[in-house]
Amino acid sequence: MTTVSLTVNGQSVTSDVDPRTLLVQFLRENLRLTGTHVGCDTSQCGACIVHLNGQAVKACTVLAVQAHASAITTIEGIAQGGELHPMQAAFREHHGLQCGYCTPGMIMSAIDIVSRKGNALDEQTIRAELEGNLCRCTGYHNIVKAIAAGAQAMAQAPLQQAAE
Amino acid sequence: MTATGIGAPVRRKEDQRFVTGQGRYVDDFNRPGQSYAYFLRSPHAHAVIRSIDTGPARTMPGVVAVLTGDDLAADKIGGLICGWMIHSKDGSPMKAGPHPALAQGKVRYVGDHVAVVIAESLAQAKDAAEAITVDYEVLPAVVDTAQASKAPVQVHDISPDNTVFNWHLGNKDETEAAFARAKHVTKIDLVNNRLIPNAIEPRAAVGEYDPGTDSYTLYTTSQNPHVARLVLSAFIGVAPEHKLRVIAPDVGGGFGSKIFIYAEETICVWAAKKVKRPVKWTADRTEAFLSDAHGRDHVTHAEMATDESGKILGLRVHTTANLGAYLSTFASSIPTYLYAPLLSGQYDIPAIYCEVDGVYTNTAPVDAYRGAGRPEATFVVERLVEKTARELGQDSAAFRRKNFVTHFPHQTPVIMAYDTGDYAASLDKALELADYKNFQQRKQESARRGKLRGIGFSSYIEACGIAPSQAVGSLGAGVGLWESAEVRVNPTGSVEVLTGSHSHGQGHETTFAQLVSDRLGISIDQVSIVHGDTDKVQFGMGTYGSRSGAVGMSAIAKALDKVIAKGKKVAAHVLEASEGDIEFKDGKFGVAGTDRTLGFGEVALQAYIAHKFSGQDLEPGLKEGAFYDPTNFTFPAGVHICEVEIDPGTGVTKIERWTAVDDFGVIINPMIVEGQVHGGIAQGVGQALLEGAVYDQSGQLITASFNDYCMPRAIDLPSFQVGMTVTPCPSNPLGIKGCGEAGAIAAPPAVINAITDALGHEDIAMPATPQAVWRAAQKTRMPTAAE
Repeated sequence: MTTVSLTVNGQSVTSDVDPRTLLVQFLRENLRLTGTHVGCDTSQCGACIVHLNGQAVKACTVLAVQAHASAITTIEGIAQGGELHPMQAAFREHHGLQCGYCTPGMIMSAIDIVSRKGNALDEQTIRAELEGNLCRCTGYHNIVKAIAAGAQAMAQAPLQQAAE
Repeated sequence: MTATGIGAPVRRKEDQRFVTGQGRYVDDFNRPGQSYAYFLRSPHAHAVIRSIDTGPARTMPGVVAVLTGDDLAADKIGGLICGWMIHSKDGSPMKAGPHPALAQGKVRYVGDHVAVVIAESLAQAKDAAEAITVDYEVLPAVVDTAQASKAPVQVHDISPDNTVFNWHLGNKDETEAAFARAKHVTKIDLVNNRLIPNAIEPRAAVGEYDPGTDSYTLYTTSQNPHVARLVLSAFIGVAPEHKLRVIAPDVGGGFGSKIFIYAEETICVWAAKKVKRPVKWTADRTEAFLSDAHGRDHVTHAEMATDESGKILGLRVHTTANLGAYLSTFASSIPTYLYAPLLSGQYDIPAIYCEVDGVYTNTAPVDAYRGAGRPEATFVVERLVEKTARELGQDSAAFRRKNFVTHFPHQTPVIMAYDTGDYAASLDKALELADYKNFQQRKQESARRGKLRGIGFSSYIEACGIAPSQAVGSLGAGVGLWESAEVRVNPTGSVEVLTGSHSHGQGHETTFAQLVSDRLGISIDQVSIVHGDTDKVQFGMGTYGSRSGAVGMSAIAKALDKVIAKGKKVAAHVLEASEGDIEFKDGKFGVAGTDRTLGFGEVALQAYIAHKFSGQDLEPGLKEGAFYDPTNFTFPAGVHICEVEIDPGTGVTKIERWTAVDDFGVIINPMIVEGQVHGGIAQGVGQALLEGAVYDQSGQLITASFNDYCMPRAIDLPSFQVGMTVTPCPSNPLGIKGCGEAGAIAAPPAVINAITDALGHEDIAMPATPQAVWRAAQKTRMPTAAE
């Protein structure tokens, strides 16, 4: 067993883990943060995306020990004070989800796209940037709309952005 | 229309939990003392199991048990079943081979279940599985659909030529006569490529046994938990029906693949009692590719006869349908009764004859996948109609219009009685939205850039709302296909609706609440939709075949009618009026012609306190149930137009425009309906351009991960232009037709008709990958700028 210490959604966590434990297993099984999902085992689907020190990573491809001393944000950690993050609100408003399984990864990926590409995102940019996220329900049409709207809303919500 | 009633684009109630990571899917459940199951699967497509040595595995760290088919047989656990009996032309019943949940003596596809290891952790279970030694006598495999009946390989003893059935539908003599007098006959050979459903949530199950009550609980990724319970108890015999609770909580997409009763959930229930601990199994993605039921996989030759004016006289079709190594739960019905009855399309075709040979191969079982038979039928009809129009030199739209059914009800030669529709209206609207009149201009503009532009139509029809129970019973179904609902009004006036439908992305918690809000005049926040738990909902047939609106909501509507009727009785006592004078309007019970009214909540409270009426006159309480059995199928129909531009230098096909005009009858929530259309189109485009399961000749699945099986990504798809026309369905009280599968049904022929239009020839198969299109484009004469 190896000891890992990290911050998850702003809270310090120290835990003993089997060294082969994946970050996604650590989050889901040790911390019971089950909002981060596993949809494949080849880093293709993106259902497991979380932020590691502010950058999107696929938690199925990161060992828990690699996240030692880092700050992790999961889907459970982006709403502030009972208010949805603007990207969460945009997914809801624009029907950017159906079964909800890919949604946490989509939202975490979308926030990461905004942090890299800015708040004015055109359709082609969003579609290209979603290369690492699969959705089987929506045909992406409303996800693209949601991300464009969420990106704009994030520009108007600096407080939430800072919290993220 | 109120803000939350029928027709309003209400934002979904369930989304709060999904966007915050609070959804509860099966793998999110951990039970006290839980152990983990891992399945040792066959690496061979076809082999005799000479022996299995589990000894060393049993001594591995953390191992709780190692179980094989012998243990299943010793406990007299039955095999998995196929619930739809098909008879061959000669009257003989289909040849259903045995389908044990763990192999007994033989494995028949790569991924077949050989043994299960149950251990303290998943890692320990996987480690121990590696220590199991299986002595296989590897046999030659058959994988090819068209060759299966001729292969020197026998998948099941019961079927020497690997044929499950030789089935037919329609009138052969009349069809032959129609062809004999035809002016023109168009012929086509088609392959409907095998698809792998790939809901993003993999299948999972947790089985639990309580020795104190001798009862079982199964958490499972199911579209129809009651059907799962019925099959597990009545047929497989793993637990008595009244002692088995099946819970299907949030389910992450199904598309058909989670209808079926699989080996893994069977084993989790059975093993939970054996090891006296909860047993959990979650598929990894490769297991999903190997063992989820696949879809489609048809090889078809079809011919269409037309007269001198271009009127269709007849259609004859021969299809070989690959059913895989075993008959999955509804496998036999998909290429038969869900396929051939749709071969009339939107057209008035006087004579149709269809033969279908179902065959076994050493591949994963094939069953319903979004559309289930109807996409296959639509591909045949719409490819053939398009090719016919081209051969006759007629405009594709005009040819279709000339042959549309225009009078309803319309009895086709293949069972179906279309109740209503206006196919020309959808075509007109689609032509306008697609800017069809300027297409040639766009084609020329593409040509100037060295690109090939094409346009493709798909005038699809499908049958939803399955189904009248008597009708499907007469066709071989093992179950009735009604739906149930129970409306429980609480003393405070809030309402719980218990439904046998199941939501795995369709938004029932919102749509169903809209119906209640509309009928009872209460806020949707006062309505809870309860589903997916056999201990809560008495019975139900589940969600598939786009039936939850037309059938599931009709059951709710029927129960709501009863609630209102009972409410009138209560109100009559409270208002001291005659029951016949009580009206229910805008959420209030009132005495006709007076201003004396009671709110819905007040009547609910009065029903429960029962102070104003005698229990001898009226039962207290306000709770009503209903079973609704449909009177007919419903017939959603529409026109999809796909416009593509092909780069002949790379073979890349870009979808430039997608226009969908659908008639789904009455729409409860247009936002959700459009979302269903989008998702369906994406799966249909995936089939046409990207997806295809590939087995090599030894039966290895080459496409067993997202690295190898090309799923549609955001960049592969355009935004969709979605329009609607409405002819209310006369066959159910709400006028609903169903929308869940339309896109997947309409899309493939629209794409291929567009590509063949661009190429100028018909020689392209699905998936039309860049490589395939590049090859096909080599035969295309490049247009000059002047054309």
